[in-house]
Amino acid sequence: MELNDYKNIWVYVETFENKPKNVGLELLGQARNLADQLNEKVAAVIMCTDGTEAAKESIAYGADEVYVLESEEYAYFDAEIQSYTLVELIEKYKPSAIFIGATNNGRDLGSRTAVKEHTGLTADCTGLAIDEESNNIAYTRPAFGGNLMATILCADARPQMGTVRPGAFKKGQPDYSRKGDIIKEHFLLPPETNMVKFLEFIKAQTNGEIAIEDADIIVSGGRGLKDGKNFALIEELAQTLGGAVGASRAAVDAGWISHIHQVGQTGKTINPKLYIACGISGAIQHQAGMNGSDVIVAINTDPNAPIFDIADYGIVGNLFEIVPTLTKEIKKIKEK
Amino acid sequence: MRIAVCIKQVPDTSEIKIDPVKHTLIRDGVPAIVNPYDKNAVEAAVQLKEKHGGEVVVITMGLPSAKKALKECISLGCDKAYLVTDRAFGGADTYATSYTLASTIEKLGPFDLILCGKQAIDGDTGQTGSSMSAHLGIPQLTYALGIEVNGEKVKVQREVEEGTMVLEASMPALITVGKDINVPRYPSIRSKIDSYQAEIEEIHLDNLPNIDTSKIGLKGSPTRVKKSFTPDKTKNGVKISGGGSTTVVNGLLQYLGEKGLV
Amino acid sequence: MNKLLTEEQLDLINLVAEFGKKEVEPIAAECDRSGKFPWDTYQKAFDMGLHMMDIPYELGGAGIDFETSLILTEELAKYDSGFATSVGAVGLAAKAVLMGKDPKLIKKFADIVGEGKFAAFCLTEPNAGSDASATKTTAVLDKDEWVLNGRKCFITNGGVSGVYIVFAMTDFSKGTRGISAFLVEGDREGLSAGKEEDKLGIRLSNTSDVVLENVRIPKENLIGKEGMGFPIAMLTLDRARPVAGAAAVGVAQRAIDECVKYMKQRKTFGKPLAKHQALQFKIADMEMQCEVARQYVRYVGKLVDNGKPYSEEAAICKAFASDAAMNITVEAVQILGGYGYSREYPVEKLMRDAKIFQIFEGTNEIQRMVIAGQVLK
Repeated sequence: MELNDYKNIWVYVETFENKPKNVGLELLGQARNLADQLNEKVAAVIMCTDGTEAAKESIAYGADEVYVLESEEYAYFDAEIQSYTLVELIEKYKPSAIFIGATNNGRDLGSRTAVKEHTGLTADCTGLAIDEESNNIAYTRPAFGGNLMATILCADARPQMGTVRPGAFKKGQPDYSRKGDIIKEHFLLPPETNMVKFLEFIKAQTNGEIAIEDADIIVSGGRGLKDGKNFALIEELAQTLGGAVGASRAAVDAGWISHIHQVGQTGKTINPKLYIACGISGAIQHQAGMNGSDVIVAINTDPNAPIFDIADYGIVGNLFEIVPTLTKEIKKIKEK
Repeated sequence: MRIAVCIKQVPDTSEIKIDPVKHTLIRDGVPAIVNPYDKNAVEAAVQLKEKHGGEVVVITMGLPSAKKALKECISLGCDKAYLVTDRAFGGADTYATSYTLASTIEKLGPFDLILCGKQAIDGDTGQTGSSMSAHLGIPQLTYALGIEVNGEKVKVQREVEEGTMVLEASMPALITVGKDINVPRYPSIRSKIDSYQAEIEEIHLDNLPNIDTSKIGLKGSPTRVKKSFTPDKTKNGVKISGGGSTTVVNGLLQYLGEKGLV
Repeated sequence: MNKLLTEEQLDLINLVAEFGKKEVEPIAAECDRSGKFPWDTYQKAFDMGLHMMDIPYELGGAGIDFETSLILTEELAKYDSGFATSVGAVGLAAKAVLMGKDPKLIKKFADIVGEGKFAAFCLTEPNAGSDASATKTTAVLDKDEWVLNGRKCFITNGGVSGVYIVFAMTDFSKGTRGISAFLVEGDREGLSAGKEEDKLGIRLSNTSDVVLENVRIPKENLIGKEGMGFPIAMLTLDRARPVAGAAAVGVAQRAIDECVKYMKQRKTFGKPLAKHQALQFKIADMEMQCEVARQYVRYVGKLVDNGKPYSEEAAICKAFASDAAMNITVEAVQILGGYGYSREYPVEKLMRDAKIFQIFEGTNEIQRMVIAGQVLK
């Protein structure tokens, strides 16, 4: 393999119902930064039934080129079909690196493609940089539940692939005046790629709540709530603030709340403007999901809880007194 | 039906602490456990065996100390256990690990299903299962919330962020599971006692004559760790203790007001 | 604490600890308050075979040695000693049946508890507590059937069992030699549970009267021979004592664990409680008593496993461990102060739970009589 034949950074922009997911747009911003350092181009890869909107957004968020693959075969994610396509695209255009959002689909696509390409994949990264010595991509990722960070290189194989946690980078400001090339590609899928039959899609019920990934304010509850019914306190505060409800792993494991609310290493990574942790000790696994928040407020009875190490404003006290008072006071302010 | 379950022995990451002076991981005294999601995979496999008959073979790659994890899986209902261990396999990344495991599966096969946990809590990569299916050239049905076997076909509810996909594939297929698929049983004391006597067969490099040695171990791993470090996230924030809840809340509101958050 | 244990024993402790932490601890406080009987949790314990730990493997038990079963009882009791008591009572009833050496009867018993049903050991009566010779329950042979009449009281699992081991007089003229033991299936007509006791502690366990009104059972349900009831009862109680001792150690250890956690966290006069010497001395005294009790329990386990006599040691073990648990839990409440007295923290429950271990399986006064009797003979 001639490493110098491989140029440019690609971002797989995952879509759902032809709309680009945030993580792809987040990654375009960082890919832009790195490509500028290397004097290379950023390209987005889109597979769906109609890539018009995703292509436009990708350019606005930093792509110079967009490879658009449109077919009914891409309507719902299929690891074999999409990895086959991505391999064809790689063979044709030879990118130096590919960033993929570490969603369930992205992780599947990343690993299946990397094996087929016999290249390295660094999974679930939270940091992307250029290694100064080698100009390779330096992928940084947490391990051991966030207790250790490792920087990983893929020096001798191309493309250098990585999946990146949603929320690890903030979405940049879109610039709809940017210009970029839209390249439509089409690859014939051989019959053996038809391994998995799609039967049905059941959309998750959201009942109007704000998803924690999209919220500017998150109020989170943990073991200190002592009982699932006490999540009502958290919900009320979140609602008053117009925010979303988060939870620690302990609260989810206790069955108090669904895991879609879980923040942390095995849950979601979020970076809201305000994060209020109530009765959460703040184990490193939890911190891994929320320490990118702009302002962290912690309420906990244990003065030695690790959450206080990373809190901007810590209150050692009883959440059962403080949270309802806080809700009441904010309601008063809002009424004014 | 024959089912293979691939598991990993991991340190209980919730017990890992950082040395406050040296900023290194304290691994001493951290219990080694079966990766929690792999326990869900074992449970799913054993339930399928209880329903359809057959056998469950559990496989891990690691040091001889991982035999303990395999014995635990035997106590949970697996029938046979294999430890894939060889100096030549050491230092493998997910590519080389999944290749070595896939080669083992081929050697011990044929299997109708291969089950894995969706990720291991130490590395959290979530790549090994999916990569194995790529090496084996079989369908991957990941993040399964439910598994149904019907003749030659397997149907899976696959969890994604926006909902659930219902998928079907012919066997053999590889399935990965998370904790929502089931609640792993506790082994009985009796099955524990049995498991202590269980034979664990070792698989070494010479047992895999067809393996491509350029794809195993450190040498076969395309990625390399350049450096590792412990994150230091300590902030010097405000910390209030004591005072009535109204006073405390007013202080907080003033702070949030200054930041423009309320 | 566990320095001489094997890897397997430590592994089994971990299993019981996981079960205790995940399944028992979360429900213990609520069930203690309401007196609710946690059927589902017991069912899980039975699925694991915790009620048949030292029952021979061939009979469906785990067949582990007695010492290991004591070690696991201690661990289970850390999460709730009432729970450990109910589970342990099944094993004790089994021991009584095993002493009869009748394979058919043993199988009958094993089949019932193997299905996940409770068993109860019914010896105590309103007027015959530590003094078994005052037993008033009768069993009379009527052709091929025994007919049982009487009332048993303070019976652990009395209201929830699928099988009862009942001690009854078959010949009043012979005193304790007129006592015989019977296996009574839970669904026999005339067998009923009296009112459930509303207890100070171990409130996750069921304790009630067991009433026998013309209960007819087949002749072969006699355990051993006629008149063998008293020795069976005494030997079973000898075995019950280290089990009670082990559970008491579990209670004591939990109290120490709660104190350690609290002492490291709570600050007074500018430093954590753990840095105050007055409390360091307290915790040292607690640890000494607990650790000595633990190792003595294991010693008795070894005696049993090696076929040595152990009556005196069983009495020492039970009395010492339960006195230790009582002292330690009272001190634990003191260390936690107002929080110790509050139901929000688990130590007041431990203190209430500890008390029973000084009372049942022969009061500690009876234990001292047994010990003195051996020393002064």
